Amino acid sequence: MANNPDLKRRLQKGNPILMGLLIFGALMGLFIASRAKDGVMELHGFMLVGAALIGAYALIHKAFDEPKDALVERGPGVTYMDGPIRAGVIASMFWAIIGLLVGVVIAWQLVFPGLNLDLPWTTFGRLRPLHTSAVIFAFGGNVLIATSFHVVQRTSKARLWGGSAAWFVFWGYNLFIVLAASGYVLGVTQSKEYAEPEWYVDLWLTIVWVVYLLVFLGTLWKRTEPHIYVANWFYLAFIVTVAMLHIVNNLAVPVSFYGTQSVQLFAGVQSALTQWWYGHNAVGFFLTAGFLGIMYYYVPKRAERPVYSYRLSIVHFWSLIFLYIWAGPHHLHYTALPDWAQTLGMVFSIMLWMPSWGGMINGLMTLSGAWDKLRTDPIIRMFVLAIAFYGMSTFEGPVMSIKAVNSLSHYTDWTIGHVHSGALGWVGMISFAALYYLAPVMWGRPRLYSLKLVNWHFWIATIGILLYITAMWVSGIMQGLMWRAYDSLGFLEYSFIETVEAMHPFYIIRGVGGILYLTGALIMAYNLWRTIRGDLAVEAEPKARPAVTTATPTQTAPAE
Amino acid sequence: MAFKHDVFEKHSLVLTVGILATVAIGGLVEIAPLFYLESTVEKVEGVRPYSPLELKGRDIYIREGCYNCHSQMVRPLRDEVERYGPYSLAAESMYDHPFQWGSKRTGPDLARVGGRYSNDWHVAHMINPRSVVPESIMPGYPHLQEDRLMFDDIQEVMAAHQAVGVPYTAEQIENAKADLVAQSDPNHERAFDIEDIYPKAIVADFDGNPAFVSEMDALIAYLQMLGTLVDFSVYDASENLR
Repeated sequence: MANNPDLKRRLQKGNPILMGLLIFGALMGLFIASRAKDGVMELHGFMLVGAALIGAYALIHKAFDEPKDALVERGPGVTYMDGPIRAGVIASMFWAIIGLLVGVVIAWQLVFPGLNLDLPWTTFGRLRPLHTSAVIFAFGGNVLIATSFHVVQRTSKARLWGGSAAWFVFWGYNLFIVLAASGYVLGVTQSKEYAEPEWYVDLWLTIVWVVYLLVFLGTLWKRTEPHIYVANWFYLAFIVTVAMLHIVNNLAVPVSFYGTQSVQLFAGVQSALTQWWYGHNAVGFFLTAGFLGIMYYYVPKRAERPVYSYRLSIVHFWSLIFLYIWAGPHHLHYTALPDWAQTLGMVFSIMLWMPSWGGMINGLMTLSGAWDKLRTDPIIRMFVLAIAFYGMSTFEGPVMSIKAVNSLSHYTDWTIGHVHSGALGWVGMISFAALYYLAPVMWGRPRLYSLKLVNWHFWIATIGILLYITAMWVSGIMQGLMWRAYDSLGFLEYSFIETVEAMHPFYIIRGVGGILYLTGALIMAYNLWRTIRGDLAVEAEPKARPAVTTATPTQTAPAE
Repeated sequence: MAFKHDVFEKHSLVLTVGILATVAIGGLVEIAPLFYLESTVEKVEGVRPYSPLELKGRDIYIREGCYNCHSQMVRPLRDEVERYGPYSLAAESMYDHPFQWGSKRTGPDLARVGGRYSNDWHVAHMINPRSVVPESIMPGYPHLQEDRLMFDDIQEVMAAHQAVGVPYTAEQIENAKADLVAQSDPNHERAFDIEDIYPKAIVADFDGNPAFVSEMDALIAYLQMLGTLVDFSVYDASENLR
């Protein structure tokens, strides 16, 4: 095979350094697998071998080069690198289905405990991290990587920096997901919520993340636009801050370099605050700043309006990233965390309301002069719903961070409902809308396969969210009140298990809400698949009124 | 604007450094003092590192994701103190790498579950929670009873804890395997030494099966010591006002 001149040429044209790294990765995987102290480490070693071999095969077959006839959007003098974005769109949709499906399963496990099957791999305790990681990191992360690669190229008028590095980011990140997820099911976790992956998976993510930062910054350096567009500030804040949080929160001493287990560096109260400093800012920077980046590019693009206020975007950007970091202690109200830290966390959480709504106002008001599109464009409707949910949950959050409220809400389903109004309403909907926008652009189709199906998705998902969060409000507040209820003789009125029993009907309603939301995502997957294939459904064009032009485009509009 | 925001918009490195500086402040002000303010963790008698068997039990607690549904943090609220017992102190989790305070009570708080139920109750409950609590929605863990506890690496695990500051002595690490077996076997020659080495540790054949040390043994040993180390009849809260 080595004499095959065609192969030789391909290898020379490909990146020899990359090939070297892949071979090193495969050997490393073999080495780890051969010396592994436990079964999971052995499995993960072999997974590394597999990933490296697949990578090498793809490299030889030039899968990472843009085909010449690809439908690439071209800028003036620039050819954009859209392959990783297309892959990211598909991966996002795939992980959305997986993450939501696992969520539905664990929701029904709380209704019918028999669904745990009493097997080690299928209990709620192991599947819940799988659900949270799949929706936040697998779905959300792929959406963020794909859209950031799209936005940074278009608004910088520059091709992604680093050649195949963007492909490494995409595949490396998805390998991280698979390592983490398979670990959870097999019982490998460091038990820190949203930071469950063990030390070696954390190290791998760190490498991928540094390359991600370099690709993003490198593209900014190459830009031919004078200004860095506002969406990129948010993406950059997301990438930089997540790096800081990830590294500090995962400091640990491995028990063995060939074993999965590690011991966290910090203990007790210090580990608690470090974890929630991380945990709350996983929300603040992963699920908020990154998705605000999406809002700042895709909403103006879809609405064909400039961003409402340039000054507001500056003010709310800096105040948002400054204030968010402080809010972590509100996860630890009335715990053994010192009172001063709790109070500080509460005060900053309440202040956080203002920059959050600054972002909401800037997003919503971008539709000035284009509000009529709400009637005709279900994608715009999705964007608006997402921003509305962003506003709602960033109001609810500060309310729940008040200690008196938190004494009732903490440990209950109210928190779960709050998270899901943000996750399903804001993150989910704005991601779906952005993917709906992106798919036809990335595959060079005139439009989506069917806007009617988008409309179905919109309504089914919206009803699902409403069922979910109202059920959780009721069950959470009810349980909080039952825990603290006293009878006329001064005894606690309810045993713990009575409060569990009382939540049963609301768990059913929540489960139904989850199924609806998943159904919406399945409709979307079908719609995207038909779009990618190039099909167009025959649909009556919705009647659009001519837009009333009141604002003139300014430099705050995306570059193209 | 008097202040030119241009500098951030035209220089990506300035923007990056600006972001990093802005987001670093909150953590530095809030978290860093916890490492040097002496009032952060109370001075309390009785808190000790986990015995080898308890430590392995804790690893199983983590592996199965128990923290997803059970908190270990009694808040200083009237109903919680009456339901669960004295509110949790920071000192009680000072050897927890990482903390297990939890964030959700789908099931009850476990900070003071130690000694509340018999070992037999725990075994029955783990195998099928609904056999003792009919309305329970907890998963069953029947395999814990059948699975042998893997403790070949217990010395390395303890050494790693020692490396991050848990005061295990060299002797404790050296005898870890024998101590682990002895704690789950009241007839073991070291069984009577366990309480001296790890005060208040309970020595019992937790799962009722003397044939081998099971994962069930370890998990129940851990659960039965939770919240039992501090003697609250002599604890003076006013000394630790902060």
